Amino acid sequence: MNAITKRPSSLTQAQFHYCPGCGHSVVHRLVAEVIDELNIKDRAVVVAPVGCAVFADKYFDVDSIQGPHGRGPAIATGIKRAKPESIVFSYQGDGDLASIGMAEIVHAAARGENITVIFINNTIYGMTGGQMAPTTLVGQVATTAPKGRNEKLQGNPINVSEMLAQLKSAKYIERVSSDSAPNIIKAKKAIKKAFQNQLDGVGFSFVEVLSICPTNWGVTPLKGLEFLREKMIAQYPLGVFKDLTVANKEGK
Amino acid sequence: MAEKVLMKGNEALAEGAIRAGCRFFAGYPITPQNEVPEYMSWRQEEAGGAFVQAESEVSAINMLYGAAATGVRAMTSSSSPGLSLKQEGISYMAGADLPCLIVNIMRGGPGLGNIAGAQGDYTQATRGGGNGDYRTFVLAPFSVQELANFPKKAFELSEKYRVPAMILADGILGQMMEGMSFDFEPVDPKTLPQPCWAIGGKHADRARNMVFSYALGEGELEKMVLKRAERYALIERDEVIYEERDTQDAEVLIVAYGISARASIAAMNIARANGIKAGLLRPITLWPFPSKRIAELSKKVKAILCVEMSMGQMKVDVDLSVKNACPVYLHAKPGAFFPVAEEIAIAIESALKGRKDQLFNIEDLAKKAENKIYAVNNPVCKEGALL
Repeated sequence: MNAITKRPSSLTQAQFHYCPGCGHSVVHRLVAEVIDELNIKDRAVVVAPVGCAVFADKYFDVDSIQGPHGRGPAIATGIKRAKPESIVFSYQGDGDLASIGMAEIVHAAARGENITVIFINNTIYGMTGGQMAPTTLVGQVATTAPKGRNEKLQGNPINVSEMLAQLKSAKYIERVSSDSAPNIIKAKKAIKKAFQNQLDGVGFSFVEVLSICPTNWGVTPLKGLEFLREKMIAQYPLGVFKDLTVANKEGK
Repeated sequence: MAEKVLMKGNEALAEGAIRAGCRFFAGYPITPQNEVPEYMSWRQEEAGGAFVQAESEVSAINMLYGAAATGVRAMTSSSSPGLSLKQEGISYMAGADLPCLIVNIMRGGPGLGNIAGAQGDYTQATRGGGNGDYRTFVLAPFSVQELANFPKKAFELSEKYRVPAMILADGILGQMMEGMSFDFEPVDPKTLPQPCWAIGGKHADRARNMVFSYALGEGELEKMVLKRAERYALIERDEVIYEERDTQDAEVLIVAYGISARASIAAMNIARANGIKAGLLRPITLWPFPSKRIAELSKKVKAILCVEMSMGQMKVDVDLSVKNACPVYLHAKPGAFFPVAEEIAIAIESALKGRKDQLFNIEDLAKKAENKIYAVNNPVCKEGALL
């Protein structure tokens, strides 16, 4: 009898602490499968953020470093430049990447660092208890926006993928979703490409994954998925925003 | 014997770091340390290392965090306001027990201050500076010669104890040119052992490594902090470096580091020519501080004079060492103003004879401030006399 699925070898035996319905568990597994399939476990380095994914270093069975809030892309830069044979990925949430770490992600992309960034966008600060994030939708309730995000007071959400795609040295930018089986398959494809790019020396590759946070949104996972499909994708359309992978490989 | 050449302090420091095997540099422009990243920008490439001009001081120190975690000799440099920004990363590196080199070519402060040399970051450097319970090595060169040769010493100390090391110099040292030579053969980084804790690279032959500063389980962080405290205690016992001049017969002991020590040597000679036996103790490690030796000397001298370009920040450590065994005085040149030998010489005499010339004392300072109350309706304030 053949096993048709198994735990990726790039995940440790540690049990995830993530809440039911949370997108991190799914994306962790996808990243681990990609590391297995590309056979890069002995050279991969995860840069763990501050936020719900702070313990990513406990879950990925690869070299790890846990960094200050938002600084993942700078740390990844240091590792990659010092040891170019490493395959370095920064795993970050939207408070980490799109707020306190905005400078680091923009400049890592602008320099065209040959790193991979996995960006989990669930429109809220999870670890600290549901505060408003730069990605929170207008009208969406948060613990620091109890009446909902007010466009006049707090402005509009930041679409990071669209923004980074403007930078000439960013090579591959795609937004995917973790809400359904077909979308998860697409998400894995994107993640795999973002790692393959680093192996091929293509340059800065970035995958934004839309995820739900039922705990802090105060809804069931199923209601959360509805919110993602109906509201989030309207603000954050899925798709490839930039792909210079082929052009770069051919030296164009 | 090594060739003696004329070099600018900042460039000698950068070349010294390269020769010490430093193969990663990340930095950000700020005066008066700009020659360090400028030199590194071409020299790292030539040496096969990496140079990154970071978008911010915060990013530079975190690039250093990543690079240091791979086990390469890595450094960053900045000047005072930049160091304030770097404290986040320094705290993380201390918490992750990573060796690295951080250089502060101090300028005037607080705030934007000015761009002349100063020593106002003593407390920040010697007390950790960032959040949490930690220390870093602090080496204080007083010549271009020492600027060039201290990076190697700093890397070695830092690696031995897995404690970040800082070189604390000032804008005068960074900008001045002097004859100097390297007192060591260039280090080939390939000959340095790969640390067992390092991450990155291809490593089929070892288990994964983890670099982190957190410990959330009950009692776990306490264990980490205590282990670190043991190392700090060992460092305080075994790694104190200082220089003494003419302390054998001294009746007044000057304690001064960096460029203040240079001026103090000239002042000491003036004092001796005038019949006052002055001696100098120059701390070379500001942490660990030469407390034990200063305590010994405090029992032999009539007075101690602290000379610093800050308002008694170093004097706090001298006071803690002396424990009232003899009077301790302060001659300070704050606001990035150069200490003057003739003025220090007067301060030496004042310290010996109980006078006030060229010394600061707290009571007199307080008196000067007492009529200038910081209230908006105070008439003095309205006249604009307060500032």
